[in-house]
Amino acid sequence: MPSRPGYSSTVAMDKVYLPRGSLGELYQALVDEGYEVIGPQEQQDAIVFAPLSGIEQLPWGRQEFTAPGQYRLDNASEQRAFHWNTGPQSFKPWLFKPQQVMWLGQETDDGIVFKAPVSDAKPRAFIGVRSCDIAALYLQDQHFMHGPHPDPWYSEQRRQLCIVAVNCSRAADTCFCVSTGDGPEATYGYDLLLDELDDGYLVQAKGERGNRILATLPTQGATPLQQRHAEEQLARAARQSRQMPDADTLKSLVEHLSDEQWLRIAERCLACGNCTSVCPTCFCSKQEAEQDLVSGEHQQVRVWDSCFSEQHGHIAGKNIRGEVSQRYRQWVLHKLATWQDQYQRSGCVGCGRCISWCPAAIDLVEEVNLMLGSRHD
Amino acid sequence: MALTVAVHKLTSCSGCQLAFLNQGPALLSLMEKVTFVHFIEAGLYDPNTPVDLALVEGSVTTKDDLERLKQVRAHCRYLVTMGACATSGGVQALRNMANVDVWKRAVYARPDFIDTLADSTPVAEHVKVDFELWGCPVTQAQLDQLILQLSRGVLPKDDAEKVCMACKRAQQVCVMVTRQEPCMGPVVRTGCGALCPSFGRGCYGCFGPSEQPNGDSLANRFAGLGLQPEEIVQRFAGIHSHTPSHQAQIKRWQQLIVKEIE
Repeated sequence: MPSRPGYSSTVAMDKVYLPRGSLGELYQALVDEGYEVIGPQEQQDAIVFAPLSGIEQLPWGRQEFTAPGQYRLDNASEQRAFHWNTGPQSFKPWLFKPQQVMWLGQETDDGIVFKAPVSDAKPRAFIGVRSCDIAALYLQDQHFMHGPHPDPWYSEQRRQLCIVAVNCSRAADTCFCVSTGDGPEATYGYDLLLDELDDGYLVQAKGERGNRILATLPTQGATPLQQRHAEEQLARAARQSRQMPDADTLKSLVEHLSDEQWLRIAERCLACGNCTSVCPTCFCSKQEAEQDLVSGEHQQVRVWDSCFSEQHGHIAGKNIRGEVSQRYRQWVLHKLATWQDQYQRSGCVGCGRCISWCPAAIDLVEEVNLMLGSRHD
Repeated sequence: MALTVAVHKLTSCSGCQLAFLNQGPALLSLMEKVTFVHFIEAGLYDPNTPVDLALVEGSVTTKDDLERLKQVRAHCRYLVTMGACATSGGVQALRNMANVDVWKRAVYARPDFIDTLADSTPVAEHVKVDFELWGCPVTQAQLDQLILQLSRGVLPKDDAEKVCMACKRAQQVCVMVTRQEPCMGPVVRTGCGALCPSFGRGCYGCFGPSEQPNGDSLANRFAGLGLQPEEIVQRFAGIHSHTPSHQAQIKRWQQLIVKEIE
């Protein structure tokens, strides 16, 4: 896991320039490589990732305005495809699926016959993901692939990903990736990396596949002015109003088990699970058995669960976290403190999704700073 | 052995019974698992023969409802309520907050013909209920699951999970966050698969209160979105007004304003 102690602009000299009019050729190059291209587009009043039929589907000239409990799209001052920062999704729903059939069974005269589910994993290229999304992807990789029991469904899709990342050119009000060391510049985990400028893109490739795709594009040398603009936008994106305390400070959250602030948060917390659903690193699930009354076929399905749901804390006939205050505490302590023991870093990548998508407008960064007594905002 | 089933109706719109009848070909498969003994909507009348499972639709709003309910309980092994009316009192429980005599005189030409109780109450306030199916109406999936589990000798598992969980699994974008829709999702149970949010609307709460509903916080948020107290009351008073957690918000945000007719 690369560590990024703080933000310093490192726009590399090996970037080349792709005119805006040639962005479609990047799309076509990915298609020619055999990928289904997944890209950002405006759906349901948000930027979501979905199969992209062409670059005209990108959210040109749109950006989001976020605040605790709010996410609103509006016209941006610039006609760019990537002027927004985040939507509710990341890679997560494509790799750790909200519903994953694990096995199927059919009762026959010879007993129960088991079958493997049909996989829909395929080569997929993601355009427009950000440094925070990649950091979250690496965290989920640790959980789903690098443990003692690799997850076959996650791994199968993960191995077929091509990633075209974009450096952020601005920060939403809820972004705090600089403080977690995960942005706004992508430094690892991508095949191609774009800096979006007024009239085109600086492009940088990593690895054999990225360089192979880059070689097919009609690029030009990047001018010093273009490189300076890219650096300036990164510096702009790094000016963020929220700051998560550093990793060592976060570890001291475990000394706040009896803090009355948990009770005050629980007065507002709806325990609805929206935060854990949009969190790109949360990975809790539960399993359910489903049966079709007509065919008699049954299946074991793994579905997203949340540490905020009542059943999640129900173990061996007893609920170990009966109160919502205990569940919020569990989420925060695990994500920010004990996650460090488990995965060698905090589970927060600073994307701010849990803040904007909380229907009760609870601000994680504010609550943590209040609890730790540090200056916030 | 097929389960013997009686379907009874108290005060209701009969919509939940249609969850059975609307199954189409699946009804034939279901009939391999159950034998209907009493089901007026399907043409079977035999209310007093003992059965394994009595499904009761509707709330108790008359003395006759109450008498029949006691007979149903006496003649079944398991009594399961079917739908919002039987489980929480239903839409008609709105009258519990109004003056029945005043309404009776306003609506009926001969109010003296109307023999009704003052309140609309759920089945569980009168007899022991073994399991509750929430929903307005219930879904085929709920009924199928219940019958599958009972016919295998397994007690059904209650699922009081919040609508938000189903909504996010379906990758619906939160309408309260994007559109400031006053959505009941965070305090009510799923069952519909977050149907209304999938059309960009807030949830109405057809399946009743969820596990640990934080009505205080959600109602405060509604106020923050610009809803007047009366509008907040209407959100909680819609379908399950008689449930304690919804009642708490109704009382908190003022008595429902009903135009009484003098």
